[in-house]
Amino acid sequence: MASASRRRLAWKVAAHVALLPFLVFALFPFYHMALTSLKTDRELYDRQAVPLLIRQGPTLQHYGKLLWETAFLTWTTNSLLVTLLSTFVSLVIGTIAAYALARLKFFAVGTFGTGIFVTYLVPTSLLFLPLAQVVNWLGLGDSKWALVVTYPTFLVPFCTWLLMGYFRTVPKEVEECAMVDGATRIQALLRIVLPIAVPGLVCAALFAFTLSWNEFIYALTFTSSSDQITASVGVTSDLIRGDIYFWGPLMAGAILGSVPIVILYVFFLDYYVSGLTAGALK
Amino acid sequence: MAVGGVRVVPASPRASLRVRARELFDREWFLGPVFVTPALLLILLLVAYPFCMALWFSLSNAFIGRPSHWVGLQNFVRLWESDAFRQTFQNAFVFAGAAVALKLVLGISLALLLNQQLWVKRAIRGAVLLPWVIPTALSTLGWLWMFSSLYGVVNWTGIALGLMDPPGPNWLGQKYYAMTAVVTVNVWRGLPFFAITILAGLVSIPRELYEAAEADGAGPVARFWHVTLPLLKPILAIVVLFSTIFTFSDFNIVYVLTRGGPINSTHLFATLSRQIGLESGRIGEGAAISLYLFPVLMFVVWAQLRFVRKQVY
Repeated sequence: MASASRRRLAWKVAAHVALLPFLVFALFPFYHMALTSLKTDRELYDRQAVPLLIRQGPTLQHYGKLLWETAFLTWTTNSLLVTLLSTFVSLVIGTIAAYALARLKFFAVGTFGTGIFVTYLVPTSLLFLPLAQVVNWLGLGDSKWALVVTYPTFLVPFCTWLLMGYFRTVPKEVEECAMVDGATRIQALLRIVLPIAVPGLVCAALFAFTLSWNEFIYALTFTSSSDQITASVGVTSDLIRGDIYFWGPLMAGAILGSVPIVILYVFFLDYYVSGLTAGALK
Repeated sequence: MAVGGVRVVPASPRASLRVRARELFDREWFLGPVFVTPALLLILLLVAYPFCMALWFSLSNAFIGRPSHWVGLQNFVRLWESDAFRQTFQNAFVFAGAAVALKLVLGISLALLLNQQLWVKRAIRGAVLLPWVIPTALSTLGWLWMFSSLYGVVNWTGIALGLMDPPGPNWLGQKYYAMTAVVTVNVWRGLPFFAITILAGLVSIPRELYEAAEADGAGPVARFWHVTLPLLKPILAIVVLFSTIFTFSDFNIVYVLTRGGPINSTHLFATLSRQIGLESGRIGEGAAISLYLFPVLMFVVWAQLRFVRKQVY
């Protein structure tokens, strides 16, 4: 008995030891970014210094420079505006489309479902050139509104696909009961189906938020003025001037630009895990 | 269907418009198309239409701010004759091949480890998934700094451990090192998707199968080969197909890390397409380059629909 449990303990310890390199690989870049953002320039560019630690005292000067000497707050506001609006719009469009595809029988429903799936797989880097033209024709050249309009092209297929899976798990009978009692189909959807599918909606909203916050190629292509760009584009373009890299503020920007996602992530980790597997596997 | 509940209202000529509309919205043949219309319009206007434009651009000599003319396949032919494009074509396969293979092998290993009894399972899973949720353009900046040749922590560690001769390689300035760097970052960012998805597959394998195999005298390795791997195959297929299309079309990592350099040795379709289509203004050629992603996309869609999703859509 004792030897069996000891063997199990040894196995458990071995699993943790084997996981260690993976954890270091995953987390070290973040540690190093945070560390760099807190170092004084003198230590940063001291070739004798140890890059793994702060020896000459931490400083917030890079954060100060980022916040007061660049338009970082404007970029972040733009990111928030674009992300919240496109997430909301995509969630509404995706929800009704998913409900129709998962529940209703109508003309060409199968073809449409396949169409959504194919669109879901189209990478943004395939279409950014012609979309830039479309954006110009719409009069949205160099405007953050171009992003609000174009982000749903990848968010809607994703939300639809994810929510179809959730809607299918709601038993048909629940809805039919409500309708026998005199509710219309739309009332049944709003009062019965959607409340049951709340975990799916949360999941879709989280992923839509994350995908649009992290989007880069459209934002880089469709916007360029400092008052229109998003946080990712601002940090990568404004703090690198030719061959000069402002490493301290760059790392501070990378850290602050990730904060909204990290906050969501800490609170909704389980939704991320379930959405990740559902989005790919359902 | 259960719409009977509503039909109780007598269909008299006085039936108000409201009642009629209410009835209409209960019909599946009506409500269904109404509900998919916004998504359909969006896809037609902002996905299908731009795609047709890309096709037209690629067959024309479109240049920013100039009327374009039909030139047939001239863009594609000229691309094949250019060294930059041939290099890019080769890079795309090297990059995607190496990155997907590494993510698959490491992803299976990591998933197997995460499937063990662990003390702080949730925290570990959270840490593993982190690189996948952080904005790639921003986290790649961190890697850019780590790979910096003078002050970078990669070279510092290598030298400190005696693995490199000072001053260490110029990671982003030398051909093969630069490719290694972009593959590393792609693996770093994509590994969580593999690990967590494969883990979901592992969890769903019934324990009895392992117990039966163990009773038949199968060791851990035999159990992995004969129980785990065959049952994981569908999930592995999906993950690899997904990852193939998104690795081939990667833009962020190469753009931030190397801009395709040194001498085009890390350019991918998306980054070269942007450079030629936007920075040089040759939209026709740029569109033709990004259309090289289309066969990859078609293959992935076909394979997904044909083999993986038995029920169509």
